[in-house]
Amino acid sequence: MRQVISKKNKVVTLEEAIEYITDGCTLMYGGFGGVGTPPTLIQGILDKGVKDLTLIGNDTGFPDIGIGRLVTLERARKVIASHIGSNPNAGRLMTEGRLEVEFSPQGTLAERVRAGGVGLGGIFVDVGIGTIAEEGKNNIIIDGKAYLAETALTAEVSIVYAKKADPLGNLVYDKTARNFNPLVAMAGAITIAEVEEIVPVGALDPECIATPGIYVDMVIPTKGVNWKWAWE
Amino acid sequence: MGMGVAVRNRIAKRAAKEIHDGLIVNLGIGIPTLVADHVPPDIHVLFHAENGVLGTGPSPNQGEEDPALCNAGGLPITTVMGASYFDSAAAFGMIRRGYIDITILGALEVSETGDLANWIVPGKRVPGMGGAMELAQKAKKVIVLMNHVNKKGESKIVKTCSLPLTAKQSVDMIITEMAVMEVTKEGLILKEVMAPYTVEDVMAHTEATLKIGATVHSIE
Repeated sequence: MRQVISKKNKVVTLEEAIEYITDGCTLMYGGFGGVGTPPTLIQGILDKGVKDLTLIGNDTGFPDIGIGRLVTLERARKVIASHIGSNPNAGRLMTEGRLEVEFSPQGTLAERVRAGGVGLGGIFVDVGIGTIAEEGKNNIIIDGKAYLAETALTAEVSIVYAKKADPLGNLVYDKTARNFNPLVAMAGAITIAEVEEIVPVGALDPECIATPGIYVDMVIPTKGVNWKWAWE
Repeated sequence: MGMGVAVRNRIAKRAAKEIHDGLIVNLGIGIPTLVADHVPPDIHVLFHAENGVLGTGPSPNQGEEDPALCNAGGLPITTVMGASYFDSAAAFGMIRRGYIDITILGALEVSETGDLANWIVPGKRVPGMGGAMELAQKAKKVIVLMNHVNKKGESKIVKTCSLPLTAKQSVDMIITEMAVMEVTKEGLILKEVMAPYTVEDVMAHTEATLKIGATVHSIE
């Protein structure tokens, strides 16, 4: 069941939001190489000392960028992602047996998250047939074509990053910082959005809202990115 | 990749010749990223980046980077007129549905039947497949840019891949610092050699069964 603090004003403090992220929980996050990953929430999770997380997201960021900061400090026991190559700590911890990693092809991962977010049990996809990506998955023939049955993904808590929100939780994204965020926002039992700007109800053009507020339980203002990008 | 800038650009320049007006192209990380610089300005191409943009443009000037506008390699980009943004599900919907005309990627091994291995060296390097499985399996044309041999001097173009596959029978063309090869129904065909390498050099450094094309051009 969705727990909503208030349906009319979802703006809360970082401390109030972080209460919902606890040891051992399944945490889904938006972002692609840290672009579009919420920095203030990540910092809050670090400061609170949350551990044993199961992380679900596209990648493990960079060692000191995005979700990579949690991975580097060994706050996760498992990661479901498509790519960990940009964070060598993830590969090292995996090799040492201290981090379980489940790989999913990126588009399949996106659809598994979307499926979870829209109430489906899974998807049928032919990507990865003939590779080790098909191991442990059921094969199914539909109209004579072979597909893999891929399970849906949901999370106890989803964290996303957006450009703007209103108090109802409607979200507008910023360029390629959108990436997995709208999918992740739908798949959390509780979804927390960290945003650059909070505007009054009615200030967002309904045509531009990518995530309807129905999926968002809490909104916090960002304190901004507190890491240096690899290209800087 | 362990090759100089000039050689990398030479490979990228040759790959750019495959890009024709009106195509949708996805470029991977490394040498493939350089290909965009070699596409003539009068050729209109839309570059697709799987992190959610169709219509990427040149790198921004220093100081004009937008942290919210990057390519799939995490580097700042710009966009061209007519560009669009979308989420990751849509980005891969385009790929799976077959809208990508050409994808240009790096590889660890390619087999003579076009099998591609580029995401894992078990026990050593396990970066993950990212979007490579979708791109290799679903793009209309798959071009691999890579060194002809690995650090040990062994051919990366093999009879059968020893590494776990990214996609079976997916590669159409291989461009290395030595040669241009095409995977066809008749087998792997040597089409061009990069001077100063000769046909004999290429054959000596290729483990796969490589057939010499009817005419083998030399690229200066």
